[in-house]
Amino acid sequence: MKSAKLIIVLTLTAIISGAILSVLAGITQPIIDEYQTDVLKTAVGDVLPNINSYDIKIIENTKFFVGKDRNNKPINVAFEAVGDGFQSKLKILVGMNLDMTKILSIKILSQLETPGLGTKIETDPGNKEDDAWFGKQFINLNTSSSLTYLKNEKPDKSKGQIMAITGATISSKAVIDIINATMAINRPLFTKEVN
Amino acid sequence: MAKKKISLLKEFTKGLWDENPVLVMLLGLCPTLAVTSSAINGLAMGLAVLFTLTASSTIISSVRKIIPKEVRIPTFIIVIATFVTITDKSMAAFQPILHKSLGAFIPLIVVNCVILGRQEAFASKNNVGRSIVDALGMSVGFTITLTVLGAIRELLGAGTIFSLQLMPDSFVPWMVMILPPGAFITLGLMIGATNWINARRER
Repeated sequence: MKSAKLIIVLTLTAIISGAILSVLAGITQPIIDEYQTDVLKTAVGDVLPNINSYDIKIIENTKFFVGKDRNNKPINVAFEAVGDGFQSKLKILVGMNLDMTKILSIKILSQLETPGLGTKIETDPGNKEDDAWFGKQFINLNTSSSLTYLKNEKPDKSKGQIMAITGATISSKAVIDIINATMAINRPLFTKEVN
Repeated sequence: MAKKKISLLKEFTKGLWDENPVLVMLLGLCPTLAVTSSAINGLAMGLAVLFTLTASSTIISSVRKIIPKEVRIPTFIIVIATFVTITDKSMAAFQPILHKSLGAFIPLIVVNCVILGRQEAFASKNNVGRSIVDALGMSVGFTITLTVLGAIRELLGAGTIFSLQLMPDSFVPWMVMILPPGAFITLGLMIGATNWINARRER
């Protein structure tokens, strides 16, 4: 009889807990989803300049955000690039022109890199002039060849070069590697579909 | 119950100093070290623990007589996990930016030994009123400690407290303070100071 009581108490606890949580999930999930859609919408707007609206196009399980101008003509495209950073998963939204030869802008959607070092890929509070300087290097970056990074040298945008962060070379390299790898897969996928 | 009943006030204040969960009992150090890279993170973590601990202690102490002792630990964990999930989901919905910076550490409150420890050592043996006071004292002590630890690290590591610039512009931030070693160094010094003060008081 003793063990029956154990089972009953534990089962009841679990049922009550489950009931409470399912009610809570019903309330909070829509708010969380809405927030995430909002974040994505803002991010797409940030990486695709001059767009009026965008369409989500799924080609072989890869999501493309196709930016459109006022006349509903596609003008640029964005996609998510995901991969391993120094100590966390990096999720980057990359905005490009339609034939994917030039990056328009990028945005780090999520990262948990080393505070004060790797986190500079997103914001660098130490740089008083522009705390987003690392990401801004990607604006109008030529991608006809693979992206590379330099240290202590002035990078050349037409050659797809950017400056690595001092003390966070691995995080800097990870951003480039992730973009390179995703671009290599997405470019043929997207250009074939569009043309 | 041979233990002498102590006053409710004493029950509350013991968590602040004499039995401070972090500085004296050295419990819950994992989140303490990991999230305190800034004052706001420390405060948010503390408040999340405050809610979870108080709610769990209330429930556990009110049902303490019907929980068989063989299954008490799983029951405690289910109750704690329920409240942690409530905190996690509500934070994600209403404070998404804070939620993002605390990351994986909110779900990990489930295994924070401060909380399980209070259920086992206190709430399962005392009435509801006392348990709530005990939980509040412990979690306020925890919150203050984490906020102070976060503030020290943020001040030295970034020159700010609660994102307010306090150091002059010429101040060069000590990068190490917001990295994991800074957490160990600061916490070690705080524990040392606590022991030093206590040793002097006894004399």
